Amino acid sequence: MKEMKVQRIENGTVIDHISAGKALYIAQLLHLAESSLFVIGSNLQSSKLGKKDIIKIENYQLSEAEKQSIALISPSASFTEIKNYNVVNKAQAVIPELIMELIVCPNHNCITNKEIMSSCFKMNPRNMTLQCAYCEKKYTIDEVTFKKLL
Amino acid sequence: MKNLISMRDLDKADIIKLLSTAEKIESGELKINIEGKLAALLFFEPSTRTLFSFDTAMKKMGGKSLIMTGTGTTSVSKGESFSDTLMTISQYADIIIQRSPIEGAARYASEVVDIPVVNAGDGANQHPTQALLDLYSIMKTQGTLESLKIGMVGDLKFGRTVHSLCQALADFQPEIHLISPTHLRMPQHILDDMDEKEINWKEGERLENIIKELDILYVTRIQKERFADLDDYKKVKGSYILSRSMLNDVKKNLKILHPLPRVDEIDTDVDATEYAYYFPQARNGVFTRQAIIATLLGEV
Ligand SMILES: [Zn+2]
Repeated sequence: MKEMKVQRIENGTVIDHISAGKALYIAQLLHLAESSLFVIGSNLQSSKLGKKDIIKIENYQLSEAEKQSIALISPSASFTEIKNYNVVNKAQAVIPELIMELIVCPNHNCITNKEIMSSCFKMNPRNMTLQCAYCEKKYTIDEVTFKKLL
Repeated sequence: MKNLISMRDLDKADIIKLLSTAEKIESGELKINIEGKLAALLFFEPSTRTLFSFDTAMKKMGGKSLIMTGTGTTSVSKGESFSDTLMTISQYADIIIQRSPIEGAARYASEVVDIPVVNAGDGANQHPTQALLDLYSIMKTQGTLESLKIGMVGDLKFGRTVHSLCQALADFQPEIHLISPTHLRMPQHILDDMDEKEINWKEGERLENIIKELDILYVTRIQKERFADLDDYKKVKGSYILSRSMLNDVKKNLKILHPLPRVDEIDTDVDATEYAYYFPQARNGVFTRQAIIATLLGEV
C-alpha cells in the first residue's frame, strides 16, 4: 500500500510516526474506543521509519502523562495539535527521566503493589532500562505494563 | 544524610565518613550521648541478630528502643494502613529502624514520616547496614578499602549481603572473584552493574584455585531449600565448605568474613586460626550501627 488517505480532522490531535504495530496498544491505553472519534492507520509507509502507525483523534488533547506513556511505547512518535484544520502545535515525543504513576512494577513483592501509592521509575536512556525507585529492580520497556490512563 | 535506605544513595565520601565515625566510636575518641532518644525497631520479619545489634547500638549510646515484631506489614493484613502505623510511631520515636519482607518498604516509610528511617533489610533488595559493617570489617583488617582482592563464595544468587557488598565496593577498585555452583551464580543485573562501574570481576567454581591470592574471603551459606534435588545439594555442598587444610598457603592478611548464622560452610576448626574474623565482624556491626544512628540523629 502506498498512501492511504486518512481523513483530515477539524480539531484534535494527530499522533504520527508511531512504531508500526503499536497504535492499537496506544489506543487501548487512551481508552479511545470508549468515547472518542478516531482513526488508526497501520503499517503506512514512512521515509523515516520504513513503516509507521498513525492515530488521529477528534476533539482530544493529550495530557502530559499520556504523552510520556506514548513516548515510552514509541520514542519516535510525534504529536500534532489541530485547530480549525490548522496545525497549532507540533512536538516530538520526549522520553522522561522520571516516570511517576504510569507503570506497574512487575515485581509482586514490591511495596508499590502492596500499598495505595504512586509507582516511580527512573529511565536510563543509554540502555532504555527502567529502574523501580522502590524495589530497585530493572526492566526493559517490554517487561512492564502501563496503567490504564484515566 | 537524612535516611539510610540503599547503598545506591551513598557516594564514596558518605561511606568513608560513616566508617571513620564508627572507628572513632570504637576507639572511644568519639563519645555519643543520645540519652532520651528513642528508636522504633519495626521488624516485620524475624531477624534476632540484626534486632539485637541495633538495640545494643542504641543502648551503648544511652538511648532506648521500642520493639515491634510481627508479620503484618500491609493494610490488608492489619486493618490499619501501613502509612498510619508509621505516622503513629513517628509521633513517639526519634528514628525508625525497619526490616520488612517487602521490597521498597523502607523507601516508602522514609517518604511517609519526617523522622530518619534506617533500612534493616527489605526483602531481597537492600541491607545497607550489613554492607557498611562488612566494609568496616574489611577496612579494619586490611587498613584500606582500595584495590583489594575479594573472594565471595557460596550462594551468590540469593545472598543479598554479597549483592550489597559488590555495590558498596564499587568506588574502591576491587578485584572480585565469584565462586559458586553454576545455578547459584551472581545475578546478571549485579554483574551488569559492576561492568557499568568498570569493576574487575571473575567467575569460577573452585575456591582452591583462587584462595591463595585473596585478601578477603566472604563466605555465604548454601541453603538446602535452593535445590530441587537433595542429591544435587549433597554433591555441591562439599565443594563450598571451607576447611582448615585449605588455608595452608594463603596470604598472611587474609580474613574470612561471614554474615552469620553459620551452618556448616566453615569448619569449626577454622575458628581458631588467625584468618577467622566472622565473630569480630558481628561486633563491628554494633559500632557501624552506632555511627549510622548518631549521624542520622545529627549527633556527628
Ligand atoms: Zn518495584
